[in-house]
Amino acid sequence: MIGEDDVRYVARLARLHLEQDEMRRTTGELAKILAHIDKMSELDTAAVPPTAHVLDVVDVTRADRVEPGLLRAEALRNAPAVTDDSFRVPRMS
Amino acid sequence: MSAAAVVQGQPGAWEPVIGLEVHVELDTATKMFCGCAVTKGDAPNMHTCPVCLAHPGALPVVNQRAVEYATRIALALNCTVRPRNVFHRKNYFYPDLPKAYQISQFDEPLAVDGWFEYSSGDEKLRCRVNRVHMEEDAAKLVHAGGEAGRIAGSEYSVVDFNRGGTPLIEIVSEPDIRSPAAARDFLQQLRDLVIELGVSECNMEEGQVRWDANISVRPAGSADLGTRTELKNMNSFRYLQQALESELPRQVEVLEAGGRIDQETLHFDPAAGTTTPLRSKEEAHDYRYFPEPDLVPLVMDPAWVEEVRAGLPELPGARIARFTEQYGLSRADAVVLGGAGALARFYEEVVARGVDAKLAANWTMGEYLAHLNAAGLEPGHGHVTPERLAGLVRLVAEGTVSTSVAKDVFAKMIAERAEPAAIVETHGLGQISDGAKLEAVVADVVAANPAQVEQYRGGKPQVIGFLVGQVMKATGGRANPKLVNELLRKTLDA
Amino acid sequence: MGTLDTLRLTAREAKKLLVDGEVSAAELTKAYLEQIAAVEDRVHAYILVTADNAAKYSTKVDREMQAMRGPLAGLPIAIKDNMVTEGVTTTCASRILGNYMPVYTATAVRQLWDDHVVMLGKTNLDEFAMGSSTENSSVQTTRNPWDLATVPGGSSGGSAAAVAAGEALWALGSDTGGSIRQPAALCGIVGMKPTYGLVSRYGLIAFASSLDQIGPLTRSVYDCALLLRHIGGKDPRDTTSVESQEAVELPSAERLDGLRVGIPREYLAAGIEPGVRASFDETVDRVEELGGTCVEVSLPHTEYALPAYYIIAPAEASANLARFDGVRYGYRAADSADLITMYERTRGEGFGPEVKRRIMIGTYALSAGYYDAYYGRAQRVRTLVRRDFDAVFEQVDLVASPTSPTVAFGVGSRTDDPLAMYMSDICTLPVNLAGLPAISIPCGLSEGLPVGFQLIGPAFSENRILDAAHALEAAIGFVTAPAFRDSSAGPKPGEGGPATAAAAGATS
Repeated sequence: MIGEDDVRYVARLARLHLEQDEMRRTTGELAKILAHIDKMSELDTAAVPPTAHVLDVVDVTRADRVEPGLLRAEALRNAPAVTDDSFRVPRMS
Repeated sequence: MSAAAVVQGQPGAWEPVIGLEVHVELDTATKMFCGCAVTKGDAPNMHTCPVCLAHPGALPVVNQRAVEYATRIALALNCTVRPRNVFHRKNYFYPDLPKAYQISQFDEPLAVDGWFEYSSGDEKLRCRVNRVHMEEDAAKLVHAGGEAGRIAGSEYSVVDFNRGGTPLIEIVSEPDIRSPAAARDFLQQLRDLVIELGVSECNMEEGQVRWDANISVRPAGSADLGTRTELKNMNSFRYLQQALESELPRQVEVLEAGGRIDQETLHFDPAAGTTTPLRSKEEAHDYRYFPEPDLVPLVMDPAWVEEVRAGLPELPGARIARFTEQYGLSRADAVVLGGAGALARFYEEVVARGVDAKLAANWTMGEYLAHLNAAGLEPGHGHVTPERLAGLVRLVAEGTVSTSVAKDVFAKMIAERAEPAAIVETHGLGQISDGAKLEAVVADVVAANPAQVEQYRGGKPQVIGFLVGQVMKATGGRANPKLVNELLRKTLDA
Repeated sequence: MGTLDTLRLTAREAKKLLVDGEVSAAELTKAYLEQIAAVEDRVHAYILVTADNAAKYSTKVDREMQAMRGPLAGLPIAIKDNMVTEGVTTTCASRILGNYMPVYTATAVRQLWDDHVVMLGKTNLDEFAMGSSTENSSVQTTRNPWDLATVPGGSSGGSAAAVAAGEALWALGSDTGGSIRQPAALCGIVGMKPTYGLVSRYGLIAFASSLDQIGPLTRSVYDCALLLRHIGGKDPRDTTSVESQEAVELPSAERLDGLRVGIPREYLAAGIEPGVRASFDETVDRVEELGGTCVEVSLPHTEYALPAYYIIAPAEASANLARFDGVRYGYRAADSADLITMYERTRGEGFGPEVKRRIMIGTYALSAGYYDAYYGRAQRVRTLVRRDFDAVFEQVDLVASPTSPTVAFGVGSRTDDPLAMYMSDICTLPVNLAGLPAISIPCGLSEGLPVGFQLIGPAFSENRILDAAHALEAAIGFVTAPAFRDSSAGPKPGEGGPATAAAAGATS
């Protein structure tokens, strides 16, 4: 049964800030949803292989050939903050 | 003292248990999952696209050549290439990771269960390889405003995505390494191997090869694994060795005092030569691996794998063995000459010109290697060509010059960019083997050194060395030492 | 030339008018722009109407008709705003995209540009395609043109409403758990999700990578086939895309002789509204009248499909949406003291509540210790769902069901209960888990609101589905003519008796 501590941990992992009331509400909602999802545990799936890809396709690769990419101006045009032609982020310390 | 013994890898109360995770950036033309060029040293963000910038809607596509290069590495490390491999997403947030996940491999990697044989000191060692897998490199993150570009005290950071997405091969060893020296040798020789495979230049300064070390100690003879600490993201052999030499005794001291080793990441301070735990604010990563839905599995056709194997160059291990047989070299010499491709090729070209293999070996390992180190050259570059070195070796073998004079000729060869024979002529450095000439000099030396003559005749035969030296001095080092020896004895014994 | 009735025109007809010279591309586009101007303040289908560009380009198509020929040239289309369009802002109906200006165009859309279609604008959706009503859009809630107090369905609600309201000739949407088919059903139009892999996902802002597909929303099955023909194909930029074994054909079937249709008992048990059930049953009769045979079949793991979907989709989404971190594009929370604060505030403020909920479920399901119980297990259930279909397709050619258990529900009626909202997709999401193709066509009205009929086929059976749907469509004779009434001004759907039915207007 998922509790607020779990939700706090998961929010941290997902880098999502939740206000206190959001935290509480989300815990309730997730508990309800997960309870429904637990229905799956009724099935014995041990012998069933997982489907990671619905397609039967394998081995798709590309040749090692340079393709035109973005001009630097295009690469930076959507950047929230730019310094020295690079993407700037707030201090990590 | 057991701590020092630990470091030296000698039998004692404790033994080091060291494992290495090595990352190699491949020399492909393009990145692992997009068609952007892999480059070095360009201005920031000149080689990006929606894929390696992780724009909404962008999708990865696997670089075939990266798969081939990775397979070469796996085969050269005697791994089993698995019939099928799959990419996984490794999820975490960091500014140099644009998707906030790295496409890597998890429980279905490219290859497993190999080994690497390498030399350390006089020993031939083997370290098992747990796995070889493919992934993509992170972008370049630079911290501004702090001390020496460190995160601590920085005001902001900037990201350059040129490097982001470069194909990265991860080689994970088992913890079979038993000393700092062995760790260093393992890495140096592994690097040589990878360079020989033609898949990476392994430039250390550019960070094209980096490694993490997992370090623990255990009672000698035990099979258990103790708690380990981790040194991350190193790219200097010297620092690794120093760090291990600092960390291993530290662990021994803690354990002998009854303490416990905490599993932590360490930072190495080269100035102080010590390792300290990183006071890390991050919790242990929960990477939430799951199979990459945007990429289909890779099936490794056995025929193709064999083609790759057939295309491998002669590997250092095989070449070292061949050198001991073909050229009659000792194992230690074979390791020096045969361990790395460029030097091995140079040596073989010298021998191919018809000179004695052992003499060529001495000159290559001696004067030539010293010259390369001093001049910062790679083997095969510079003015000392195989032709010229062979020429010089031939002159020594024929007795045209003495060994000591030959060293002088070698130096002049470089300075004057000339052929050895020409230098000997121009500078009149030919060995004097004219009996009559030498007899005259010998006579002068005997006359000038009555005390030593007395000692010789009085039962101290080793004094002849001094007299030979005097003759050599008088002839500017050019007298044929063997002949001088003979003539002196003839004169003195008479 | 009389006024074009955008509420009746199909692409097939429009093309004929263009080819015959009865109307110009500019006039055609103008007609849709005028309809948008007339009803958009009630329908709210569009996030962005690119009126000037559309007018200019349609004029260009007229001028260069020689060079710009082709089956789609000059036809106006609306594009769901989760497909990137270079030079035109793309929002995904989320604050977190900020003012994102794409630097490239989605492949499927690029193919349409190459065919000289005219883009009318970008349509509304549930944020990041997560939802069944467009009520999760950070921009606006789209209204169902049949009853403006109800939802158009979702997540491609904007595209569906635009087509139904005559604000677009046709549209592109995306379908991860029913997001094309369910809104098509609720809006009384045709919507199709192709076989997984048939249409490139490059440029489709990813929700759940193993489930997402782009597909058409149109006024007729013929139009659907026509559009599908031009957006598919193996794309070197999408390794999960494949070339279909057979090209999509334009349907022509008039009968269903020899067609075996299976009706899964589990789908009919899934809380289907009586009015929907009645319309469905009538349509089943029509199938048989046309020579088809309908039999009951079983897809025994149906009840486990929803839980599996609500692990797999959020898990993949949690990773796909992690790139929205304020570093390289989009919204960034201002004045963040440090990186972690920037991440957490950007994502906390930039994502809406449903998106956050799903990211949390997905992250939880993948987190240490839970993988096997949730994601691992869901992937195995997925295999069972797929096997159910494989087995059934040994007995029948197609599977039929109601597309949605209910008709359009009232705005706000399900927003308090996420689970209730999820149940809207109970008949559609198993199809995504299995990667199969499926179409929804309108089959009748219930309480004045459209009912959708779903046909599901084996992988790459698009032609068989389209042919069957085409024949059935003609027999049903549904007319997509929404009345733009607003029941919030009067009796709500489901309330009232004959007065409501009379006021409903359009009949089949």
